[in-house]
This record gives sequence, C-alpha cells and structure tokens, in this order.
Amino acid sequence: MATTSITIDETPRVRSFLALADDALILGHRTSEWTGHAPTLEEELALANIALDLIGQARALYQATGYAEDELAYLRDPPQFRNALLAELPNGDFAFTIARLFLVSVASDLLWRGAMGSDDPDLAAIAAKAEKETAYHVRHTAEWLIRLGDGTGESHRRAQDAIETLWAYTGEVTAGIDRAAWLRVVSPILVRATLTQPADGWMQSGGRDGRHTEHLGHLLAEMQILPRSYPGAVW
Amino acid sequence: MYSQALNTKDTAAADSSPQADRFQARIDAEERIEPNDWMPDAYRRTLIRQISQHAHSEIVGMLPEGNWITRAPSLRRKAALLAKVQDEGGHGLYLYSAAETLGVSREELTDQLLSGRAKYSSIFNYPTLSWADIGTIGWLVDGAAIMNQIPLCRCSFGPYARAMIRVCREESFHQRQGYEIMLTLCRGTAEQKAMAQDALNRWWWPCLMMFGPPDTESAHSDTSMRWKIKRFTNDALRQKFVDATVPQGHFLGLTFPDPDLRFDEAAGHWRFGTIDWDEFRRVLAGNGPCNRERLSARQKAHADGAWVREAALAHAAKHRKAA
Repeated sequence: MATTSITIDETPRVRSFLALADDALILGHRTSEWTGHAPTLEEELALANIALDLIGQARALYQATGYAEDELAYLRDPPQFRNALLAELPNGDFAFTIARLFLVSVASDLLWRGAMGSDDPDLAAIAAKAEKETAYHVRHTAEWLIRLGDGTGESHRRAQDAIETLWAYTGEVTAGIDRAAWLRVVSPILVRATLTQPADGWMQSGGRDGRHTEHLGHLLAEMQILPRSYPGAVW
Repeated sequence: MYSQALNTKDTAAADSSPQADRFQARIDAEERIEPNDWMPDAYRRTLIRQISQHAHSEIVGMLPEGNWITRAPSLRRKAALLAKVQDEGGHGLYLYSAAETLGVSREELTDQLLSGRAKYSSIFNYPTLSWADIGTIGWLVDGAAIMNQIPLCRCSFGPYARAMIRVCREESFHQRQGYEIMLTLCRGTAEQKAMAQDALNRWWWPCLMMFGPPDTESAHSDTSMRWKIKRFTNDALRQKFVDATVPQGHFLGLTFPDPDLRFDEAAGHWRFGTIDWDEFRRVLAGNGPCNRERLSARQKAHADGAWVREAALAHAAKHRKAA
C-alpha cells in the first residue's frame, strides 16, 4: 500500500542525524532557489555548487539512518523536520542569503571537524567529506560578506540588516558546538566587513523539536508535491 | 544547451583581396582560425552573433528547467537537475568567453540580450508544465542541440570548436539523463505515462523548429558553409534528428503528434508532416507563450544584482587605493 506519510523511530542517533540532514536539505533547497536569478553568472555557478554540496550531505546523512532518503525528505510533515529555524527562512536579498550561509557554514564546519573523530563510522566518513565542502562555503561567503559590508552604502545597510535579523536565529545553530569558538571565526570577518556585531539576546528556537516558522510548510508543500500527489509512484 | 540556426542575414560581400584568399585557403585546408589571426569582418560578425546567441540560449535555458528544481520528485533527481542547470550556466560562461576573443565584451552581449536586441533559441519560450517536461527537454531539446553542436566541434574558429567539445560531452550526458526520466515515467503509473505523452505532444514540433528555417528559406547558409562555421544544412540536421528520435519514442511506447509521420523504406528515413513556420516566426518575433516572462526574469536578476556588482567594484577600488 502506497503511503503519503511515514513514522520514524527517533532514537537519539536517528534524531541527531536528522537534525544535521534536515539543516543541509532545507538550506540546500533555499540556496537552489537562486538558480537562474543570481547577481552574476559566476555566482550562479557558485550558489548551485553550494546547494549541491548541501543536498549531497543531506542524502548521505539520511541514508545512514537506515530509512529511505526520499521517504524522509518527501513524506514527513513539518513537525517531523528537525532543522534549525535559520535554514528555512526565505532567501531575502543576496546579502541575507550570503550572511545566512556564512553564519551556518562556520557552525557546520566546526561541527564537522569535531565529528571527523566520531566513533560512529558513518558520521566520521560523512564529516570528512562535508568538512572540505563546508570550509569552501565559509571562505566563499566570508569573501562576499566582506565585499558587501565594506562595499557601498547600500550594500553595507543590506548586510547589516541581514546580520541583525539573522542573529536571533544563531543560538539554535551553535547549540551543539562551542559558541565562543564560532564567534572567534565570525567576529573577525564582521570586523573586516565593517559590520556591527549584534549583542547576544533573545534567541529563537524550536526547529529541533519540530516547532517551525510559518515558512517551512510552504517550502515543503512545494518540495513534496509530486510524491504526495502520486503515492507510491517511482520517479 | 543550444545554438539555433537562426540564419540572420549579414552583408557578406564577396571579398577577393589576397588576405581573404589566404584566409579561405586556410579554411579549405581545415586549419583552425585563432583570435589573433586575420579574418574578414563578416566572419567575425557572424561568429559573434552565433556564439552570443548560443550563450544567451544557455542562460535563458536555465529558467524553464530551473522551474522544477524545487519540485524535483526525488533527491537524486533534484541533485541531477540542479547540476544540469549549473552546467548550462557553465556553458554560457564558456561561450561568452569564446565570443570575447573576437573583441566584444560580455557586458555588451548581456546588454543586447536584456534590451531584447539579441536572439536566443525559440524553444525556451515554451513553458515547463510538468515533471515530464524535464525529461522531454533532456531527451529532445538536448538531443537536438547535440545534432547541431557535434558538427560545431569542427567549426573553423578554434575557441568555438574547442568549447563545443566539452559542451557536447555534457549535453550527451544530459540527453541520456532526460531519456532515463522518460523511461521511468513510461514504465510507471498510467498517470505518469500520460504526463510523458502530454509533454511529447507539446514539445515535439517546437523541437523540430530548433533546427531553423527550411533550406529553401535560408540562403545565407551558403556563406557559413563556405567558412566551415556550419557543416550541414538545417534540413539535413532536422532529418537526422527525426531519424534518431522516432525509434526512441516508439521504444518508450509513446506516439508522436504527427499523423503524417511514416517510415520511407526506400530512402531509409522517417518522413514527417509540415512544420508550422508561422508559429516559429511568431515565437522568434517575441510572441511565444513565455517570451516576456523569460526576458523579464533575466532583466530582474540583472537589476536586483546591480547593487551587489557595485559593492564588489567599490570594495575592489577601496583596496586598490589602500594598496
């Protein structure tokens, strides 16, 4: 019997893999929305690359849970997704897209570096590959953030707005790592970008527990439409 | 993805100077012409026009397929489609660079596209309405592109010929990927098969138009053939495409939307019905289903990105000063 939803036995391992995988899938999906609309042709290729890396990471992580990757991606409802809220926010302008990718990638890179020594062989293997990719994402987005912050008046304003909006969502992203280590990478880049670092205050959270923003439902409605409309079909 | 034989007229006045004779002799000897070599102005203009139209087609072609990236029905398909559309962008970049070797800038060419002065392949002015359209584009549109582009690997202009070698390799991968999507749909549920048939019905005739007007209407082909920019006529390539494609469609269990399609045993060719050239001219003139949408999407991306490009330039200028 074809199903349109699945139930997951969320052991601690499955849950931690889903958090990583959902972050990567949802952020990769958002990044892929830029395809055909980027500010330069070179950036068109770079954003597609980053999106591909993230979707690839998500696939490897889903596969390591023992569940079918497409069932996890296409047949879960929003409350079953474990991604951080930051990943699902709409792309906004290029400054918002770059600032978000930068803030998340710095956290992911630290996380992957730690996971490379994991006792879980799946996680260690995925981390070894993902760390290389993520280090590039950090470099690419940091270079852009510096240019946007220290570019024109308009680009500075847009980059500053982005950082301020995003900051309240970073608590969830750094929850599994050392925030001080994250700041040691983020702060110097913000300085070079002539951007003001917001003070840590109220942090939005809930994504890891399936309490999402209004945006995830729309994203999933679009992403899941074919497998949900044609239960059991093979594509 | 694709160069269309649009055959815009050029004033290729017969040049009989000694330089022109030497140039033609090199072409006849199958030598490659490189950017710094002497070449007739009309040869340069023809190539700039053809290569830039090809580049624009790659860039505009990202839009109809990009339309399905967020709705691809599996993660494998999503990654493959995203990589494919990224390849198109890469082809565009490659081709703009080849055009730049002829003394024109990418900015000028982009401006021609955005202002509506430059042409791009008419096929991208049709909408992608279902997932099967993604399979069909790979199978037919990329299939047609390969027919057109394989001979371009031997084009007399070196940078274009070399770019085509890599582009063709990627296109043939895309074509197989597209056909595999169709095969999966045709072996799937009745709804999936209907999706595939509907896509073939909508794309078949526009794909045949991709080869450009019939030979009887494209007198200008002669010059391009003499210069070995073009090696086969529009009609010859179109026939080659039909002959290769019809058995593939039958293998899928699909029917072609052409009651006149029949196999000519004596000639060994599939004969097809009359192409609606009025539709071709109408779409090329700007009145296809998506012309306005495609152009405005490109204009919007360019306008929305202006502040980003300005920021990068401003940053670079500050650093030059500081250095």
